[in-house]
Amino acid sequence: MAFYDKLFSALGLSEWCGTSDDKAPLSLADLAAQAGGEEASGPLMPIPSFDNLHESCNRIWQSRDVTNGIEEGFLAAKPVLKTVLDPITQPLSWMLDGALWLFEAMPWFIMVPLLVAISWYASRSRPVTIFVAVSIMLLAVVDHYDVAMQTLSIIFVCTTISVLFGVPIGIAMSKSDRLQKSVVPLLDLLQTLPTFVYLIPLIFLFSVTESKLYGIAIILYAIVPVIRLTDLGIRLVDQDVIEAANAFGMNDRQKLMRVQLPLALPNIMAGINQTIMMSLAMVVIASLVSAPGLGVNVLRGIRNLELGVGIVAGIGIVLLAVILDRVSKAALTRVDKTQVKH
Amino acid sequence: MTQPMVRLSGLYKIFGARDKDVLQHVKGGMGKEELLAQHGHVLGLNNINVDMQAGEITVVMGLSGSGKSTLIRHLNRLIEPTAGEIIVQGEDVMQLSEDGLRHARQEKMSMVFQKFALLPHKTVLKNAGMPLSVRGEDEATCDREAAKWLDRVGLSGFENHYPAQLSGGMQQRVGIARALSANTPIMLMDEAFSALDPLIRTDMQDLLLELQKELHKTIIFITHDLDEALKLADHLVILKDGFVVQQGEPQHILLNPNDPYIEDFVSDINRARVLRVRSVMTPLGDDKVPADAHGEVDVNDTLESMIARSGGDTSHAYVVKDGEQTVGTLDMTELVRALVPRVASEAGARQS
Repeated sequence: MAFYDKLFSALGLSEWCGTSDDKAPLSLADLAAQAGGEEASGPLMPIPSFDNLHESCNRIWQSRDVTNGIEEGFLAAKPVLKTVLDPITQPLSWMLDGALWLFEAMPWFIMVPLLVAISWYASRSRPVTIFVAVSIMLLAVVDHYDVAMQTLSIIFVCTTISVLFGVPIGIAMSKSDRLQKSVVPLLDLLQTLPTFVYLIPLIFLFSVTESKLYGIAIILYAIVPVIRLTDLGIRLVDQDVIEAANAFGMNDRQKLMRVQLPLALPNIMAGINQTIMMSLAMVVIASLVSAPGLGVNVLRGIRNLELGVGIVAGIGIVLLAVILDRVSKAALTRVDKTQVKH
Repeated sequence: MTQPMVRLSGLYKIFGARDKDVLQHVKGGMGKEELLAQHGHVLGLNNINVDMQAGEITVVMGLSGSGKSTLIRHLNRLIEPTAGEIIVQGEDVMQLSEDGLRHARQEKMSMVFQKFALLPHKTVLKNAGMPLSVRGEDEATCDREAAKWLDRVGLSGFENHYPAQLSGGMQQRVGIARALSANTPIMLMDEAFSALDPLIRTDMQDLLLELQKELHKTIIFITHDLDEALKLADHLVILKDGFVVQQGEPQHILLNPNDPYIEDFVSDINRARVLRVRSVMTPLGDDKVPADAHGEVDVNDTLESMIARSGGDTSHAYVVKDGEQTVGTLDMTELVRALVPRVASEAGARQS
């Protein structure tokens, strides 16, 4: 006899529940009890979970029905989702493949000076530029130049798209409290959900051979900081200056372009820096779903227990991270300085 | 009298969600504290009726919380009133569409702020030209006008600096240049000099008066400093808890305060420096000009300068001139009597 039998009969629900016909064991303990011919002696009062209640009343679900239900529901919705999402996200595949082709096709003697020149232009800092040149050469010397460029191309595309979508979303959130209230939980979810968890539905939706699969995973993870900090930056703009803008008759567009965005720029840049860092973190996990680059080598290191391969690739990722962080931070301080010159 | 530049009539402002509902209580005579205690609404302005004449400096004075900053923000509707009319140049500001309001803010009223509110990422030149570029003027015009006004407020040479590189006084000069470059007939100044230290404040007041002599703008000036108010005002409005306690010519208010609140206020100031001959002279009636006059003085001389001139001798008398015309006589005894505030003189009378 199961513990909750009395409860159902007391409620007069015995009829409705019916008698359980299937005596299929639910757990190893049940199986052992059946084999031994003894009643499984559970705890004094088991947790009223689906499974425990099911023992007393057949009409109650079992817990496995919940997970099954989610899976079936997702599979049922999949064709519709796929027909909608597939064409919308197709450009992402093209962009990722295009950038990958471009970064690989470009000869190294053009690419390396170009990257160094970009670092100089963005940071205007000699140490940072020298550091970038040395790091890239280091990667090249140990034959990790190609994979590093693959990783860089993915980060380049994903960060660009994150900024293109994240900044407008952040602006919209700063204008409407209601939108902010509804988007913030979603951002929290994206940031806290274990990254592997949103790989699962994505694998169901898109083919693993398509590059947009890892593109979407990276963007979903990396877009959060740029949205948050754009919203915050605009909300933090000095209300006195906004009032002055109103008093001189600026319209909403002028206010946004001349006052709010320029004054929020340091915060937005900090958000972009974070977005770059997070897409780099995700690029390694994305190698599980066929993203090329340094992450593949890390994965190889783990799978085959090739310690050296894994560590060299890991150091390569650290070098890329430091390059991207220092260049974008130097650019940020430069922007900050033009704002408040003392 | 001609139509005033700005007319506020029956203006009420109540802060809170149900402002229209509690308005009737205020109209029924409920005060600020009662309203807050019983209905949880804050009374900002209570039945304000003020005319502001063209070409004059109207100073609105009151302590913090008296509603003066709220009042000035109603003129360009940075704050929406609960009830009442705001007429600017014969046009009801409350009837303006969003576009119309923006147009009015661009063309009719410019504003100077207590905390300067300059754009930190723009140079001084671009800041001063901002009102013009908002209107869509081309860059050359903006820069030319901005440079002209920066020069006028004494900031030529600083065009390419950023606001943060300037001192507070200089930043406020940029604020004034910005308001002037808008070339609007009305200038709203919200505690414009309150954040500056006393010496620079005096400088800025002189600058404002000098500019005003030339430009004849309609200036609405907010301050909590009575000395500043008396120095600048053509028309003085004194606010307390959201209603007008007294308004009129500053000299008149000083000599005839109609409320203990104002008497308190005026008892502390240097009357000799503020009062002018015209306020204490005896107007020229049928009487002849006294034969023993010690000289001629201008109607706008301060009493302080008169005391210096007479060497403190109260037996002297002077002929008062307004330009070429003789308008009255000044007896030094009258002058000395006017120096004592009414409260103090009554207290003295009680003691004896």
